[in-house]
Amino acid sequence: MANLAVRNLMKSYGQTEVLHGINLDVADGEFVVLVGPSGCGKSTTLRMIAGLEEITAGEVMIGDRVVNNLEPKERDIAMVFQNYAIYPHMSVKKNIAFGLRTSKMSKPEKEARIQEVAEILDMQLLLDRKPNALSGGQRQRVAIGRAMVRDPAVFLFDEPLSNLDAQLRTQMRLEIKKLHQRVGNTIIFVTHDQVEAMTMADRIVIMKDGHIQQVGTPAEVYHQPTNAFVAQFIGAPSMNMLPGTLSGDGVQLQGGRSFKTNQTRETSLEVLVGVRPDDLTLEAGQSILSGKVTVREPLGPETLIYVETASGEIIAKASGRAPPEVGEAVELSADLSNLHIFDADSGNVLR
Amino acid sequence: MTVATDIPATIRPSSETLLTAGQGKPRNMGQLVRWLLLFIGGIIMIMPIAYMISTSLKWPHEVYNVNLIPEEPTIENYTYVLEDGRFYWWFVNSIIIATITTICNLFFDSLVGYTLCKFRFPGRQIVFIAILSTLMIPTEMLVIPWYLMSQSFGWLDSYWGIMFPGLMTAFGTFLMKQFFESVPDEFIEAARIDGLNELQIWWTVAMPLVKPALAALAIFVFLGNWTAFLWPLIVTNSTEMYTIPVGLSGFGDEADVAWELIMTGAAISTIPTLVVFLIFQRFIIRGVVMAGLKG
Ligand SMILES: Nc1ncnc2c1ncn2[C@@H]1O[C@H](COP(=O)(O)OP(=O)(O)O)[C@@H](O)[C@H]1O
Ligand SMILES: [Mg+2]
Repeated sequence: MANLAVRNLMKSYGQTEVLHGINLDVADGEFVVLVGPSGCGKSTTLRMIAGLEEITAGEVMIGDRVVNNLEPKERDIAMVFQNYAIYPHMSVKKNIAFGLRTSKMSKPEKEARIQEVAEILDMQLLLDRKPNALSGGQRQRVAIGRAMVRDPAVFLFDEPLSNLDAQLRTQMRLEIKKLHQRVGNTIIFVTHDQVEAMTMADRIVIMKDGHIQQVGTPAEVYHQPTNAFVAQFIGAPSMNMLPGTLSGDGVQLQGGRSFKTNQTRETSLEVLVGVRPDDLTLEAGQSILSGKVTVREPLGPETLIYVETASGEIIAKASGRAPPEVGEAVELSADLSNLHIFDADSGNVLR
Repeated sequence: MTVATDIPATIRPSSETLLTAGQGKPRNMGQLVRWLLLFIGGIIMIMPIAYMISTSLKWPHEVYNVNLIPEEPTIENYTYVLEDGRFYWWFVNSIIIATITTICNLFFDSLVGYTLCKFRFPGRQIVFIAILSTLMIPTEMLVIPWYLMSQSFGWLDSYWGIMFPGLMTAFGTFLMKQFFESVPDEFIEAARIDGLNELQIWWTVAMPLVKPALAALAIFVFLGNWTAFLWPLIVTNSTEMYTIPVGLSGFGDEADVAWELIMTGAAISTIPTLVVFLIFQRFIIRGVVMAGLKG
């Protein structure tokens, strides 16, 4: 086990720079999730940590060693891929044992280790099967087993759940989290799914276009997003963004309401007022917007309503038992402390 | 009928096709025409083999009769050929040459094909194009340089002389490269992380995944060398160094070609090719590559 540090990591393919200086510290035993839209450089970052991709500039440290020039096998890491990458011509047991090929353990030690891993992953009965006789979830578990068997300092996962169906994904999410609590190795987990990130991570790293946008615990990135991108990326449905103007300590929304905020500016400033659907309700409070309900999405305990307003279509939350009718005019309110105000130009949150 | 479970569903015969295949009657005109064409094709394929066997069972005087059933069938030709010491030597020569050449091709073609497919290095494309371009040079043009080369190295009339031009082929390299494209990089990267060196990855991970291609290549190379005529004819001098095709062509005496003996030798020499085909074809129908990936 070990901590991991990434210092000013850059990657270029030819002339194109795809990572522009990534800095990250991961504590020993921490579960860190890299999340971001497709193409933002998550896999590239992970593969540079693994040693599968040349490092253009910067440093990767595992434990207290700089590993830039070490082969993948010398870095004391293990990786699980999206497509599992378990060998179809070997049995489950051979696949798991593959991770021990180069280890110095004696035969009985290896055997014991394989059994131990099989037990942790609940695969004892599958050991003699070939991969094509396994379901997707079982295959992914074999891949995890192969990674675990060496007890690496750092586990790297690259979208390991993307190929599973929704139900299995939820289940495996939980299993991986339990596994982490049990074995305690450092984990870096890549996904494009913010729900996965929120549910599994100790800390989330949100990336976009080769830059880190924010690093923080799930609660931090949800409640205190540093910019409009993070605010909209984390949380589903997405945060509403209402364009407006801030002057003095009041915001004037485009096409209507104005209200006081906790921000003050001498000169007037174009802003985006962010408010999560969860925080925008029909209950009494500071009135923000009014409009007509266009669509209702009943979710059981609550109903999402889409409201046509002067600021565009807005999603809000209504009661599950007595939601407003489609076409009904509604008044949407929020607690002012739940509003996020972003600079419209830079997208950064105002502090 | 047993169907290997690891054949992708798309190429596995569906129960429907199995059923229709079992039905005795054509369903419509189109099918009738198709069957007829296939039938004619089948006849055309089988005729030379039928004639070969038929001729091998005839007496010399009957050879030029076109009848398929010999008037007085005899196995005299077989006893003659098998007891003739020369045929035995040609057979052994052919087996040794075809086997070694096949093994070398499987090894070198796949090694080079893998390298060209999975490694990025400067000049990779140029090397590949250079290898491919040799496919455009006909053997007839090459035999003279080969001969001169063999002469100066003292390889004439030796196994090495017969084998060296074919130990690696551009076609095989190309074939293997294309098949290695179907091996996902993730397999290779996973093995790299597990600490295998590049040679081990090639051997333990990549090679087992392209078994169908190796089998196809093995059949192809073996048959090609088993039936090779021009180069072995040119490079060999002594009767003991002949391969079967070269030896058989000389059966008989100056006055007359002994067709019945040639056909007998040819019939015997199809046996190893059948064996090779039976051994390797079962790998061909098993597409295993995708089974380890997402399902
Ligand atoms: N081998 C490559 N050559 C050129 N560009 C690449 C290569 N691999 C990835 N990229 C580019 O790098 C960027 C980041 O890719 P990647 O790390 O795979 O993104 P993701 O966050 O989806 O995992 C993308 O814009 C992609 O087009
Ligand atoms: Mg990716």
